[in-house]
Amino acid sequence: MVWNTVLLALKEIRRNVMRSFLTILGIVIGVGAVITMVTIGGGATREVQQQIASMGSNMLMVSPGKRLGPGQSSGNVPFKEADVEAIFREVSSIAAVAPVSSQSVQAILGNQNWTTQVTGSDNNYFHVTKRSVAAGRRFSESELRSGAAVCVIGETVRRKLFGAQDSLGEKLRLQKLSCEVIGILAEKGQSTMGQDQDDVVVIPIRALQRRITGNQEVGLIQVSVQDGASTDKAQRDISALMRERRHLAPSDDDNFNVMDMKEIAKMLTGTTELLTALLSAVAAVSLLVGGIGIMNIMLVSVTERTREIGVRLAIGALEREVLTQFLVEAVVLSSLGGVIGIVLALIASVWLGSALNVPFVFNAPIILVSFLFSAAVGVIFGYFPALKAARLDPIEALRHE
Amino acid sequence: MTGEGYRDDGEHESRLIELQGVTKIYGKGNAMVEALRGIDLAIDEGEFVAVMGPSGSGKSTCMNILGCLDMPTGGSYLFRDVDVGLLDRNQRALLRRHYQGFIFQGYNLLSRTSALENVELPLLYRGTGTQERHRLAMEALATVGLKGWEHHTPAELSGGQQQRVAIARAIVTGPAVLLADEPTGNLDSARSREIMDVLTALNRDEGITVVMITHEPDMAAYAKRQIHFRDGLIVVDEHNGGTA
Repeated sequence: MVWNTVLLALKEIRRNVMRSFLTILGIVIGVGAVITMVTIGGGATREVQQQIASMGSNMLMVSPGKRLGPGQSSGNVPFKEADVEAIFREVSSIAAVAPVSSQSVQAILGNQNWTTQVTGSDNNYFHVTKRSVAAGRRFSESELRSGAAVCVIGETVRRKLFGAQDSLGEKLRLQKLSCEVIGILAEKGQSTMGQDQDDVVVIPIRALQRRITGNQEVGLIQVSVQDGASTDKAQRDISALMRERRHLAPSDDDNFNVMDMKEIAKMLTGTTELLTALLSAVAAVSLLVGGIGIMNIMLVSVTERTREIGVRLAIGALEREVLTQFLVEAVVLSSLGGVIGIVLALIASVWLGSALNVPFVFNAPIILVSFLFSAAVGVIFGYFPALKAARLDPIEALRHE
Repeated sequence: MTGEGYRDDGEHESRLIELQGVTKIYGKGNAMVEALRGIDLAIDEGEFVAVMGPSGSGKSTCMNILGCLDMPTGGSYLFRDVDVGLLDRNQRALLRRHYQGFIFQGYNLLSRTSALENVELPLLYRGTGTQERHRLAMEALATVGLKGWEHHTPAELSGGQQQRVAIARAIVTGPAVLLADEPTGNLDSARSREIMDVLTALNRDEGITVVMITHEPDMAAYAKRQIHFRDGLIVVDEHNGGTA
């Protein structure tokens, strides 16, 4: 009986192809838009998360300045190398601490030049950023101590400056500093923010301070917490230590910032997720509008088919059967809209994803939820018209013109 | 075929329909209309009854009550000894589904639906299987002389053919009684006679009881018994060829 009712509903829908199509358009657009938004948003979030995972979840970033909001700071009191040493010495369960100072500098080799990010750090840099040297070697202790003119270059810099030539042992010029290439970083690709992580030159921090920035400052401190240790505790300990070192009174706010990767991830994914939620909410409204459209058409349909309903009741259809028939019709209509919307959304997501350079992440739950929701729209908005049909007085219905 | 003795007041084995003191009142107060003012009527299995009377005489109200579409205000209606007054809306629908067939003046076929599917409709509600439904519907269409027209939609059929589809739809479930409300009202006399021939054959060969409203004495002449309504009362109840 249920299957028959579904067939009957499909037949009824086929009779009015144009009208049925227009009726479900709202649902199609609603479901399509919601799924597309969520899929694209999910893809963007996924990418951010992957980037962060590749950086390591046990990382803390200590930056100078008061925290104003996510990613904002002001009133810089810069760190010194002594701060880096103090953190490593006094905070327990820390695997590595690296000072990281960066500046944009033009790298020159012969007649080639390339503007890149020069980062001053030490060997802990490779640990905290989870990067390795693919060819050549890291810095030696004496090179670090003396701030020797040596560098480890990223793949992009190598390609731009050296091309097919051998680069190890060659010298390139960073502003006035002529430095020897001692290593090449393993390739890492683009970051979340669209930065090329291989477009980098790493030199000993003292070399950067003396020869390029001309000061003793450390831009930020990256900390890697030991596996299995609590990042929260390390974060608290670093805060306490820094407050002490900076002689902050209990009433003073921190003039530095200790962020863990979770916060950084939240910061990066927050915007994406908010946008996704907003756009999905707008799209969901069209589902509601679509539902009202279905209700409208079902009411028209009930009026149009009053005599038919009269006949059905007269030949012995139960109230429940007429109700079921119209309800199934509404649900079949709206589910059909849902299915078409899902198919369109998948096509749109793949296409938009490649256009926006966001990976396509198949999101089965949202598809299932959207389908169930579209069916539910049919039940909710189809119930009243169906009830109206079922409650018709057969005598009146048969007399209806 | 039962024939004589249908007026016996005692227990009757083949009593199909029995109305006792049935009244029907519409509206309230000054707007109150007494459509039926105490009807006593007994119809046995196998009868062919023509119901006549001017409009507003109560014959349509009476038919609606017989068809369990309407409930009497007073009195009782027994259908095969079941008191219809005690049944709820769904139970009355089931009674219609299993024991009654309806034929309307306006045919009331589903448009854009083939004759076959129209005839299959009541079987659908009975839950008959697809194969069986198909077979029974083909049989019913053949009975009313529409072999070869099964896949035509009502729009492609003449009025007489449409009414025959409607009759096929009414008889496909093998009902105990056919209730026809002016089945020839929209047809010319030649088509009307065809329809009456079909109804007569069904009554004679299949033993189906027929109760039919008609305005035309010619059509009423096909029946074995005539009932005349006036002002909510039965004023004439006679066998064709003599008062009962």
